Amino acid sequence: MIWLSPDESEALALSVSVALRSLAISTPPALLVAWTLTRRRFLGHILLDAMVHLPLVLPPVAVGYILLLLFGARGPIGGWLERTFGIVLVFTRNGAALATAVMSFPLMVRAIRLSLENIDRGLEDAARTLGAGTLDRFATISLPLMLPGLLAGAVTAFSAALGEFGAVITFVSNIPGETRTLPLALYSALQEPGGEGPAARLAFLSVALGLIGLFASEWLSRRVRRMLGR
Amino acid sequence: MLAVAATKQRGSFTLDLEFGLPTPGVVALFGPSGCGKTTSVNIIAGLLRPDRGRVVLDDTALFDSDSGVDVPAERRGIGYVFQDARLFPHLSVAGNLRFAQRRAARPAHIGFDRVVSLLGLETLMGRRVHQLSGGEKQRVAIGRALLSQPRLLLLDEPLASLDRERRDEVLPYLETLRDQLALPMVYVSHRFDEVLRLATHIVLMQSGTAVAQGDIGAMSLDRRLRAMIGPDAVGAVVDGTVLGRDPLGGFLRVRLGAGEIEVNAAAPVPQTLVRLQLLARDVIVSTQAPRFLSVRGSLRGTVTAVEDDGAFDLVSIDVGNHATILSRVAKAATRELALAPGKSVWALVKAISVRGITSAGFRDE
Repeated sequence: MIWLSPDESEALALSVSVALRSLAISTPPALLVAWTLTRRRFLGHILLDAMVHLPLVLPPVAVGYILLLLFGARGPIGGWLERTFGIVLVFTRNGAALATAVMSFPLMVRAIRLSLENIDRGLEDAARTLGAGTLDRFATISLPLMLPGLLAGAVTAFSAALGEFGAVITFVSNIPGETRTLPLALYSALQEPGGEGPAARLAFLSVALGLIGLFASEWLSRRVRRMLGR
Repeated sequence: MLAVAATKQRGSFTLDLEFGLPTPGVVALFGPSGCGKTTSVNIIAGLLRPDRGRVVLDDTALFDSDSGVDVPAERRGIGYVFQDARLFPHLSVAGNLRFAQRRAARPAHIGFDRVVSLLGLETLMGRRVHQLSGGEKQRVAIGRALLSQPRLLLLDEPLASLDRERRDEVLPYLETLRDQLALPMVYVSHRFDEVLRLATHIVLMQSGTAVAQGDIGAMSLDRRLRAMIGPDAVGAVVDGTVLGRDPLGGFLRVRLGAGEIEVNAAAPVPQTLVRLQLLARDVIVSTQAPRFLSVRGSLRGTVTAVEDDGAFDLVSIDVGNHATILSRVAKAATRELALAPGKSVWALVKAISVRGITSAGFRDE
């Protein structure tokens, strides 16, 4: 992009890459958790619900710190991941993706849950009487019917992931080309003398991306809803 | 044979139901709203687990609280047509039908093309669900249930959400299924006219229990059924044997009991058995052989019972061959004619309606 410096382009590309990875990490568990919360009544229901929503109310820095404790080189999960799979999360873009995934997880779960609650349970009963087992029903009835919510949730989570700052900088630091996403680049620009110009461009870029994301989410869910004939 | 015995407590409502249906046959669960009809079919389908009881279909236990058997709904092989159709909105009509076809538990017994033509779905195949009328939705729902190759078909008020015209559109299809597929059905309804057309057996339900049950002929004489359908709908339902058509008037000559009557049936009636309904208010009792009357049907019989029925008396008349008909008679007439059990009378039938063709398949059961 001609009006962006190479560093800024890099930050943009990195942000998109991190946000996509974050989606890949959060979608499957978000589906599972949303389904569990809507369809099952169990002991600890309230606890699970609270855990899912925790990132919304915690300071992002605290989330980053907790991730550092768990997934750091000496953390219980981080150490195991490195020994077993050679996966290092601290100071890497995958770590940034994990941090944004945790932060945007509640948005995702809420969107999926909402659309699951709107599905007529009677349709699943009908599928049962036609011989469809639990997994079959989920894949052929519930999943397609909650697609509008799932897509809208994914786009919102993607947009939020582009802008995640506190958890990322705490967990994976601010390394150019590896973890310096848009908001981190914006922050860095402001720290330097004469950085107002780049900062303004980056801020404008963030606003534009956010708007595109929100519009896309709305457009997608309308389109899918029409496809489903509602 | 379908045998159901189940109890289920739901809040303050208690279901305690027991009934049987010889198969193939159509049993109607008949009763007022809230008497537990839908709860009952949900239990048979496996969508609702009873507190105690047994559901047995053709010697296979689907549920038995004593031995801990509870076959999940998806493996029961029972088709279910819901009141609100419940077609999958993200699939086309053809997609809905194939959904069932692909998951059929048994080898195809009823073919795809046969179902499509039986229910007249040819022109609907490519349509989206929201482009269908209420009647079309129900036809597709019935087709979908059939393609799962069920051993039993449950129909929960499939016509209740339809207006009169749509109801008349779907009813003949249901009659076709009964007569051509020999598929046992449980039909839930609170409308007696539907029950008359489709059912071979009736289970009369009231506040969660079966208060009476039997084949439709016997049930049409039942006091509790009479109370439920109101005096104007009371009348014996009997099977008559078609003897032939009167060459002059075009009327159908039908043997009923030991006698013979003429029925004005416009449509051709190829089968030998027809189900006739003789409303009690259309049957006149005479103690002499009728003469100089315009009425075309008279049957010789014996009074078997005289029951008090509000302003009128309800007289049961045995017309031979185990056939009994009912007549509604003014109380004064009962006295003047000295109607009492054992009295020999003539029953004059003012009007008679053919309520369906009794399928050959059910005669032998």
